[in-house]
Amino acid sequence: MAASFMDSIGVHAEALKLREQRNNLLLSNIANAATPNYKARDLDFEAALQSATGGGAMRVSDPRHIATSAGPGVMTPGYRVPVMPSADGNTVDMAVEQMAFAENTVRYQASLDLINRRISGLMTAIKGE
Amino acid sequence: MSDVNNVFDVGLWAMSAQMVRMNTVASNLANAGTVSGSAETAYRAIRPVFETVYSQEVDSLATASATSVEMLDREPEKMFRPDHPAADAEGFVYKSTVNPEEEMVEMMEASRQYQNTLEAISTMRELMVRTVNMGK
Repeated sequence: MAASFMDSIGVHAEALKLREQRNNLLLSNIANAATPNYKARDLDFEAALQSATGGGAMRVSDPRHIATSAGPGVMTPGYRVPVMPSADGNTVDMAVEQMAFAENTVRYQASLDLINRRISGLMTAIKGE
Repeated sequence: MSDVNNVFDVGLWAMSAQMVRMNTVASNLANAGTVSGSAETAYRAIRPVFETVYSQEVDSLATASATSVEMLDREPEKMFRPDHPAADAEGFVYKSTVNPEEEMVEMMEASRQYQNTLEAISTMRELMVRTVNMGK
C-alpha cells in the first residue's frame, strides 16, 4: 500500500486543529460580548486549511521578495465586519457568533468521526476478525 | 488569578466578570430607594469596567475581566422632605442615583452572558472528551 496512514488522516488532523482554533476564537468573542471596544475575530477556515496543507502562501526565495500574509500552518485571524455597529465599539453579534460556533462544533465532530472510522477500519484490518 | 492558558480559564475569567456585574446590580438595587442627609453621602450607582485579556500562550484565546468598579457620574436628586429624620438643616434629603429599570436590564444582560459563556464552555468540554476518547 503506497498511501501511508497519515496521508488519509492528515487532512482531518489539520482540520481538527483549525476547527479548535476557530472554536477558541468564537468562544473568546462570546466571552467578550460585553467588553467595550472589543473587535470580534474569526478564521477563514477554507483559506487556513489550504495554507495548512501546503497550498496558499507564496514561497519567498529571495530577500527582496515580499512575503504574503501567511505561510503553511500559520493562523491569521481576521476581524468580523459588524452587522450593526454599536455605540461602545464592540463588534460582537451574539446571533452570528452562536451560529458560527454551532456550525464549527458540528464540523469538528464530523472530522473527529471520520478519523474514528479510519482508525476502526485499520483496527479491523489488523485484527482480521 | 493567573494567566489565560485554555478555554476553561476563558470561562473562569469571563464568568467572574459577569458575577462582579451581578453583584454591583444587587448592591445598586438594594440601595435603590435610600435617601441621605447630604449629596456627598448619598448612594451612587456602581458599575464594573470590562477589559479584554488576551492569552499570552494561545493566540486565539481572549477573555473578559472586570478591572475596576466605578461610580456613575450622576448627581443625587434633591428632595424637600422636612419631616424626614435624615433631612439637612434646610429640610432636604438626597436620593440615591440608582435607576431600577436600568439595573433590571443590566441584570438580565449579565445573566444571559453568563449562560452563553457557560454553554459554549460545556460544548467545548464535550468536544475535548470525544477527542480524548478518539479511536476507542
